[in-house]
Amino acid sequence: MAVNRDSNGYTFFFAIILVVVVGSSLAMIAGWTKPYQTRNGEVKKQLDILSAMLDIDSLGINRKNAEEEFVKYVDLKDAIVLDANGNIKEGEKAFDVDIRKEFKDKKLKTKDRNYPLFVATKEGKTFYIIPVIGKGLWGPIWGNICLGEDKQTIVGASFGHKGETPGLGAEISQKFFIDRWLGEKISDENGEFMKFEIVKDGSGKLKPSKVDGITGGTITSKGVEEMANRGLSVYVTYFKNLKQ
Amino acid sequence: MSDLAQNQKADREPLFSKKNKKLVTDPLTDNNPVTIQVLGICSALAITVQVKQGVVMGLAVIFVVALGNFIISALRNLIPSRIRIIVQLVVVASLVIIVDQLLAAFMPDVSEQLSVFVGLIITNCIIMGRFEAFAMANKPWPSFLDGIGNGLGYAGLLVLVAVFRELFGSGTLYGFPIFGDYITGSGLYSMGYVNNNLMILPPMALIIVGIIIWVQRSRNKSLQEEH
Repeated sequence: MAVNRDSNGYTFFFAIILVVVVGSSLAMIAGWTKPYQTRNGEVKKQLDILSAMLDIDSLGINRKNAEEEFVKYVDLKDAIVLDANGNIKEGEKAFDVDIRKEFKDKKLKTKDRNYPLFVATKEGKTFYIIPVIGKGLWGPIWGNICLGEDKQTIVGASFGHKGETPGLGAEISQKFFIDRWLGEKISDENGEFMKFEIVKDGSGKLKPSKVDGITGGTITSKGVEEMANRGLSVYVTYFKNLKQ
Repeated sequence: MSDLAQNQKADREPLFSKKNKKLVTDPLTDNNPVTIQVLGICSALAITVQVKQGVVMGLAVIFVVALGNFIISALRNLIPSRIRIIVQLVVVASLVIIVDQLLAAFMPDVSEQLSVFVGLIITNCIIMGRFEAFAMANKPWPSFLDGIGNGLGYAGLLVLVAVFRELFGSGTLYGFPIFGDYITGSGLYSMGYVNNNLMILPPMALIIVGIIIWVQRSRNKSLQEEH
């Protein structure tokens, strides 16, 4: 069969066939893997929330058993969603709120974002887990901050990042950095929000509301500061109203 | 790139098409895509911090280049020459998307670690280089073998570099502690040994690749270029 491979007609024909074949096979693959990917996302979220209050590595909690371990500690019926003024939004499911997507959505104003709050129990004690999201140097950073029963003292946290510099900004996910946040209070005795500040002079250990940053990771550390301040203030308002 | 590829084709064709075995073994040593042709360097710098990432990235590239070579070679008499680069690009891109989707679905941890680098396989010069230089001019089976060989050559170098970087940068190999526990300070760390943070940063990968090239060329004089 003699076909002129350099003719315009053949070139168009080939291109169209190629696009149709490739497009439909990719659509098939995407449709097939979609349920697995969604599930992986949910499991990751469960692990992130748990890692704020527990040492999931030493407890042997991983992707495989995340689901059963998650329900042991967190009752999603207690979880609520707040608006930017700290009022409860009815009818929203906390676990389904995608704060990363909302944070990325430029059209969505800060005051329209949802603020989920998870309530967990461990050995009879109540913990409040607050997901936060912000910007690092190269990409998004996120975390879950766990408050103790007094609703103001940080008892645990986990931070994650997409692509901060290894050895510098990426260290925010390490235990030594998280330990610097433990014991800090997010509100004073009147229930007013206390702003955090990342400091460079090493005074974080001594002074309240000050946390030592990471050498060489200033921008990422500042990102964590901004993320914590913006995220936590909403919940402080909620806790304050709760007391009154 | 096409000029370079054309030259390579002219140089290599008689050598390669004779023995299929050589197609697989040559890129491992004397025609390594990374150390000799200096292709795919960018990803070799970026994902050699840990051996595990290197292994997965290597497997992904082997899959893409072998299958891509096969497909391009099977279509080589049908592809209109004016749009051949675009056709090659479409094939690479779709294969990479398939790898990315499968990793995200079945190996989520690895997928998170590799993040953008899987997508960047598309820009890996080795793949387009092999399509243009080999698959367009050879039958599917030799092309497939050539893809396996070049993919293995790339993967092997990635793992070699990653072994050095992970061992001296993090004190582990494939995630297992070798020198003791860094955080609690056991093993070697109790004697004052510290991990070298420079090993984790990209420049060190370049230096290690450089050393490997140096060692390889000093052992095999035929690889040295005359000036």
